[in-house]
Amino acid sequence: MKNLFLIAKLDIRESMRSKWFFVYLLVFGGLMALFFITGITDSVVMGFTGLSRLLLIYMQVTIVILPIFILITTVKSISGDRESAILEYMLSFAVSLRDYYWGKMLGRFFIVFFPVILALVLGVMWGVFKGGELPWKMLFIYSALLFSMCAVFLGIAFFISTVVKSHDVALGASFVVWITLLAFLDIALIGLMLQNRWNDEFIISLALLNPMEVFRVGAISLFDPELTVMGPVAYFLLDTFGHKLFIAYSILYPFGLGVIFAYLGYLYFIKKDLL
Amino acid sequence: MIVVKNAVKSFMGVKVLDNVSLKINYGDKIALMGPNGAGKTTLVRSILGFYHLDSGDIEVNGFNPNKHRTKVLENISFIPQTPPPIKLNIEELLEYVSKSSKVSPQTIEEEARKMDLNIKKNLKKPFFKLSGGMKQKLLIAIAIAKNSNILIFDEPTANLDPKAREKFYNLLKELDKKTSAIYITHRIEEIEGLVNRKIYMDLGKIVEDEKIVNQDVK
Repeated sequence: MKNLFLIAKLDIRESMRSKWFFVYLLVFGGLMALFFITGITDSVVMGFTGLSRLLLIYMQVTIVILPIFILITTVKSISGDRESAILEYMLSFAVSLRDYYWGKMLGRFFIVFFPVILALVLGVMWGVFKGGELPWKMLFIYSALLFSMCAVFLGIAFFISTVVKSHDVALGASFVVWITLLAFLDIALIGLMLQNRWNDEFIISLALLNPMEVFRVGAISLFDPELTVMGPVAYFLLDTFGHKLFIAYSILYPFGLGVIFAYLGYLYFIKKDLL
Repeated sequence: MIVVKNAVKSFMGVKVLDNVSLKINYGDKIALMGPNGAGKTTLVRSILGFYHLDSGDIEVNGFNPNKHRTKVLENISFIPQTPPPIKLNIEELLEYVSKSSKVSPQTIEEEARKMDLNIKKNLKKPFFKLSGGMKQKLLIAIAIAKNSNILIFDEPTANLDPKAREKFYNLLKELDKKTSAIYITHRIEEIEGLVNRKIYMDLGKIVEDEKIVNQDVK
């Protein structure tokens, strides 16, 4: 365990010096600055005002940026080190593969989650400073949703990073995962729905296997518990799950999926050739 | 002591280790030679536990490198052919080595000083930003400071100038009599004075294994 925390600490320090981390920090910090400058907390659009409005916009932006950022910066964690022979040297010391893998994962989790939560806290502080009411419950659940989303994409990224030997292929694979979950899956499902090939419930169930979709619906339901912006799908979701259960699902499912992918990556890491 | 029994390893259908058997005793100082693709690096990586053999077995001091990697690696020092572009700074790298291998940073600094490398001046510098020679000297210092009973060096002097090479050889001459060493090399003349055994590999097999009487080797 001592080595696990050592590896996590060194990974955090190394990442904090890297250029991609500055860009990552800048993107989320810049987004918040942009929200403040454009006066989003003062606007009223579709009934969302103040801090709720800010959190809703933040959710829409994070759903696009966060997964791809996590994927492309994390897939190089193992595959990049393997390709540049760093892994060969670092693992020639008496460090267990368990400590190395989970230590890297822990360090990377902190690095990807910290700027996102920091930007969120900054936004909320600004909103409160401007006279808004602090929505504690919403903030807590929203943070949990972000935590889960970080976990699922980190798990997928570590899985890809371990299984794929080449850094370039790992990057390509992560891009395919992102674009599939972001767009193609929805497009394909809508296409199938329009052709009436499968029943609607089955299509919606399939859509709910997509962690990005789950995050999106979960986050929207915080601001709009009736899910009115989603149209008829809302009836199916709310009748099947109910609001509370759906929130629980949207936190636990992506987290669980991330843990499963991370564990599969770990099994591959310990059972197959390291180089 | 390292025992390799009928080791077979293939990559994409090509046998890179073809039924290799080998016993390396305490005190053996081996020059491991052979053309590119002979299987030298694969053999060494299998000993270090990086590869899982298709068949056969390897034991290092009685432990299997895949099943008991920490026990095996506690007693091995390894220097790769090309220093990897590690992004940790020197201070962090020393922390990693000292905490994972129980070596004090002072011991590493002392060994580095013997190679004319002043670590203290460069503590905050990322490892990959050091010159090729400095990187290699630091890796050598770490390997020697670990005080392992098995040393594995893959072309360790490739980045060193003649003076640094001389100092490195002097350090190796100070090694304990019981320490085993494997030098992967293409230039036997450079390490001739350091070895007491020559192993030649080709096409995944050991084709020659010769003991050398060497007065310089303890």
